Amino acid sequence: MNATLDAVLALMLPVMALFSLNARDERSAVIGFMALGLLLALAWVRLGAVDVALTEAAIGALTGVLLLGAASAAVSVAVPRTGSPLLRGLLALAAALVAAGVAVIVAGAPDPAPSLAAAAVAHLGALELGNPVTAVLLAYRALDTLLETVVVLLALIGVWSLAGEGEWRGAPAAPGGTASRPVVLLARLLPPVGLVVAVHLLWVGADAPGGKFQAATLIAAMWLLVLMAGLRAPPELGGARLRGLIAAGPAVFIAIGLAGFLVPGQFLAYPEGWAKAAIIVIEVALTASLAAMLALIVLGPGTGERRT
Amino acid sequence: MSLLADIFTIVAVTAGLGFFLAGTAGLLRFPDALSRLHALTKADNLGLGLIVLGLVPQAGSLGGALKLVAVWLLALGAGGIAGQMIAQIVNGRGKRAVNGGREG
Repeated sequence: MNATLDAVLALMLPVMALFSLNARDERSAVIGFMALGLLLALAWVRLGAVDVALTEAAIGALTGVLLLGAASAAVSVAVPRTGSPLLRGLLALAAALVAAGVAVIVAGAPDPAPSLAAAAVAHLGALELGNPVTAVLLAYRALDTLLETVVVLLALIGVWSLAGEGEWRGAPAAPGGTASRPVVLLARLLPPVGLVVAVHLLWVGADAPGGKFQAATLIAAMWLLVLMAGLRAPPELGGARLRGLIAAGPAVFIAIGLAGFLVPGQFLAYPEGWAKAAIIVIEVALTASLAAMLALIVLGPGTGERRT
Repeated sequence: MSLLADIFTIVAVTAGLGFFLAGTAGLLRFPDALSRLHALTKADNLGLGLIVLGLVPQAGSLGGALKLVAVWLLALGAGGIAGQMIAQIVNGRGKRAVNGGREG
């Protein structure tokens, strides 16, 4: 039974990828890509990587919205047939070589495959965590996570810099155009449920699949829904409180990281016995900042419209 | 007792799958957008509802059963609202798009 499910998934994934690549227009390609993401999330669940599946589903949905917006803004041009047959043949050969190389490596992997899973689980007790993925993200490889959040911040600054001169402090346009009554209903019904689920995801992240990125995406989606329904106006991007909220997460992370120099004597090292508390503070601060950043990336640059 | 529960599960899930099959056939074969929407929402509401109802005895715990019901309620709300939104767009476009068949 499970083998059948896996076979269907394994078959559907390349079919969906090919559909997305060969779609006639951008919108179909994006919809195919979103479906591919959901199937991929199911595949991660089947592989037992529920953390990755949650992230894939959450980030995939947000990326899908971004891509749909880009697809509607994109100007369709006739694609010129570039490259000579020789060049195309060489490219195909190079791609086939890479695929074959990866296939050889995967097929020839030692059994059991080399794994750091045991090492990741070994120190969970010292961190007072139950989820090894959270331990990797916020303790063993905290520097990667710090840089990841800074990358999101940089992406937001990149989006903001697309605004025209004198407009970048203003509020971005409300997403989705004029709101219809079903959207208003959804924006009243769903956010309470979504916020409870987000807080749950954030809190269980210590011991079970979940964590700040998934929670932040959910909060961002709920906020965007409220904005789409026109129940609240988009914020002005020049506001000090908004910018403070965005900067708070990475700033708290960096501050706790620097404090590590004082007590255990190393950047991003937590003092003994305080690891859990430090991780909770970082996770909560990052969730708030990431939620704001992800929503603001979707909202886009300011349009200079001043709202009261 | 567990045999009875298993029979109930099989009957309800099979009925639910029937609705999904009919809904999918309708989605693919019906001529215009509103009829296709009608077929799709039947699969969402009744199909998923029957499958959830059938799986409740297999949930093992009250919490698990409530989670299944919550999934159904969320899908019900999302399906109903998305259906209304699509129908509004179809109506807004006018009769040309409604009769547009596959392009609609």
